[in-house]
Amino acid sequence: MTALLETSGLKAGYGDFQALWGVDITLAEGGCAAIIGANGAGKTTLMRAITGVLPCAPGMVRLDGAKIGGQSVDAIAKLGIAMVPEGRKLFPSLSVEENLRIGAYAGRSGPWTLEAVFELFPILREKRAVPGTSLSGGQQQMVAIGRALMANPRVLLCDEISLGLAPVVIRDIYKALPRIREAGASVIVVEQDIAQAMAVADEVHCMIEGRITLSGAPGDLSRDDIHAAYFGVAET
Amino acid sequence: MIWVDTILQGVLLGGLYALFAAGLSLVFGIMRLVNLAHGDLIVLAAYLILGVTTLLGLHPFLAVFLAVPLMFGIGYALQLGVLNRVLGDDILPPLLVTFGLSIVLQNVLLETASADSRRLPAGETAVEALNLGPVTVGLLPFLTFASAIAVIAALQYLFYRTAMGRAFRAVSDDPVTASLMGIRPASVFALATGIAMVVVTIAALYLGMRATFDPAIGPSRLIYAFEAVIIGGLGSLWGTLAGGVVIGVAQTVGAAINPEWQILAGHVAFLVVLLIRPRGLFPRAVD
Repeated sequence: MTALLETSGLKAGYGDFQALWGVDITLAEGGCAAIIGANGAGKTTLMRAITGVLPCAPGMVRLDGAKIGGQSVDAIAKLGIAMVPEGRKLFPSLSVEENLRIGAYAGRSGPWTLEAVFELFPILREKRAVPGTSLSGGQQQMVAIGRALMANPRVLLCDEISLGLAPVVIRDIYKALPRIREAGASVIVVEQDIAQAMAVADEVHCMIEGRITLSGAPGDLSRDDIHAAYFGVAET
Repeated sequence: MIWVDTILQGVLLGGLYALFAAGLSLVFGIMRLVNLAHGDLIVLAAYLILGVTTLLGLHPFLAVFLAVPLMFGIGYALQLGVLNRVLGDDILPPLLVTFGLSIVLQNVLLETASADSRRLPAGETAVEALNLGPVTVGLLPFLTFASAIAVIAALQYLFYRTAMGRAFRAVSDDPVTASLMGIRPASVFALATGIAMVVVTIAALYLGMRATFDPAIGPSRLIYAFEAVIIGGLGSLWGTLAGGVVIGVAQTVGAAINPEWQILAGHVAFLVVLLIRPRGLFPRAVD
């Protein structure tokens, strides 16, 4: 079985600063991978390279076996890779409903419609007419996730969706994940919260300084392995 | 009664200035691009309408239907081929490029159309009048103002009620996140400039029927457009109409007091508004 999304030897950076040093991850169709790591490990850079925001060589990112690395951001979005960006990045000039509708700009059909997103996050239906940025942090995150879903993505990238949110709100947001996977999207979550990542993912990749230091199914990884891989402590 | 008449004429004149300004406002609002060649593009459009009128013997009101798609194409190509390359965090390169474009356009028009003053042959339309009870207004100023309202209402609808307008606003907010939605900012910008050129062509139609034009008058039309946009408040389309009206009324009232004061009065009104409300009459949120 070929992987749905695959990076091989992915290198990317900002100008002279190289942030990724050959990252290999695979995401199976219907799978959920988690990328964990401390601040500055290169998790967000990895997301930016996959979505085309940062340039990379064509063969470094493959979707269904086809080389898509380095294509323009809008072209990659149209192929069905949607991102929930770190910090949510809602459009301040747009209402909640408009923020959701603009997610469908790529024109991909599928199970996710405005109605389906409102069913997933009922609070958004009440708030549909207000500016997206006037909502609470958790509600804004729901809009950002809904906006990405409106593209009916094959791959959904969630960059630090729990950042800065209260635990009870994080639980609410993660409750939506099984429904999202059932509807057909394969998911990559970027997390700093190891427990959260282990709970939702069927494969976990740990990053330090632009490299993957540990990969495996959550059940196969011991606490100590992860601890070592997360903080870069030498194994004793 | 004479004052009512003067102010009414000023309001109608303001429609013309609002037409000058609406395209400028649109382009600035979406891509933060200050197009210093805006006035010269109005003049170019006027010559284009004149060319169609002369070649095909059409009335300017019909010729404009041929000029509009041409100008849309020119705007689209200009944005895609030239202006997109200089857009970025630095606002200076687009300023320099459009400044250069302004000089190029003036000289190309001078070479091809000569320095003679020209006018669009409006025939009877130019002199007909409407009797509105106590006051009489010219048909042409009336149509100008009506067109300004129609153009601004149409832009407002496009901006706030359509999928294209949503994309415009999203790109204006955050081009990178917008491209994650599958929007191509370069194409959105090209489309916006194309639409701005459609408005420019409508402005050129009324400019050319109302008064004479020659290749050198672009920059002063740009000044009126700027003043209307700033008075109205950046990013507000209806504010731009109000800005045009303020300048128009100031000019006709100034001219009624002393004909030499017409132009000066418009600029003074602009300065007074800036002094009292530095962000304009109807500023859109923070920017």
